[in-house]
Amino acid sequence: MPHLPPFQRFLDTQRDDVLRFLVAAVGRHDADDAFQETFLSALRAYERLQPDSNLRAWVLTIAHRKALDIHRARARRPVPVPELDDRAAAPGGEPAADDDAAQGDHWERVRLLPPRQRAVLTLRYAANLTHGEIAVALNCSTEAARRAASDGLKTLREELPDVPASA
Amino acid sequence: MSLHPPDLHPGEAAALAARTASRAAGEGVAEVAYARVDGPVGRLVAIATPRGLVRLAYELENGGLDSVLDVIARRLSPRIVEAPASLDNVRRELDEYFAGRRREFDVPLDWGLVGSGFARRVLEAAIAIPFGATSTYRAVAAAAGSPNGYRAAGNALGANPIPIVVPCHRVLASTGGLGGYTGGLERKSLLLGIEGDPGGGQLALATDG
Repeated sequence: MPHLPPFQRFLDTQRDDVLRFLVAAVGRHDADDAFQETFLSALRAYERLQPDSNLRAWVLTIAHRKALDIHRARARRPVPVPELDDRAAAPGGEPAADDDAAQGDHWERVRLLPPRQRAVLTLRYAANLTHGEIAVALNCSTEAARRAASDGLKTLREELPDVPASA
Repeated sequence: MSLHPPDLHPGEAAALAARTASRAAGEGVAEVAYARVDGPVGRLVAIATPRGLVRLAYELENGGLDSVLDVIARRLSPRIVEAPASLDNVRRELDEYFAGRRREFDVPLDWGLVGSGFARRVLEAAIAIPFGATSTYRAVAAAAGSPNGYRAAGNALGANPIPIVVPCHRVLASTGGLGGYTGGLERKSLLLGIEGDPGGGQLALATDG
């Protein structure tokens, strides 16, 4: 009979993916708290989990809900949104000084997309979930997840260079 | 460049995970906390519940950390985190003991891996043997209420989940031999040496079959 791994091992295995996802989904400033809240929620629910569950998809679903909470809180209490860096957006403009800054711009723009597109793109490209896993996380069909990814990428391609051509 | 995962700073996720684990133990969300403790007997894994120290494992003799934690996850709870601060008192008392500055342990114990039967009475009889003294399997069996149960007493001591703190190393064979030990006879000798039995273990090793 399979057993759940000790929680610490689960935390050590998933921590990098969860943090990458949260940095992309809510930005570095809020990622620390969201990370701790994600794993504390996971720990509270841990024993109700079936041992053969997809642990990675499960914890990223929790992280997605924490990210959603943060976006809702921001919407209720608006703060100035960061402007896109012109250099990254302008065709033929100078390449951004370093990858970190350029990357930051891409994810900052993703965060401004409609909620489902934002969720699908962060889960797909920052956390590397499949469209099937994303559909389960968002409680929608795989087709709807695929479509949201495609719509989001289309918007990004109109504004940003080198965004992948397909979902 | 394309839409790829954000870069993490080296050690960033590990540090955040450590803070989360420590919070989980401190706020009582985790049910089991562990820490690794180094000493003259090698590396130990100390594991505690809110009730007390439930396991002190010789890491290598028990198949490594993963294997030790797997047993706890199965038998107690999988809600286990590494939280060294939660085991500060255990580490301090062990350090003092190894340095010869402590004769008795004061940390509370959790008998969750032992139950309440004969095995528990045997281990409590072992606790009653003072620092620097020794007893025999037969005497411990008698103290636990079963004078003829010395084999069962030996098994209970061999399965002691909290060695050193529950001093099963003070129980020797009636012939004067060392008997057995969960951490290997060299460690039994070493612990008896710390307690002021210089070389006694060596002699016993030579005479015990």
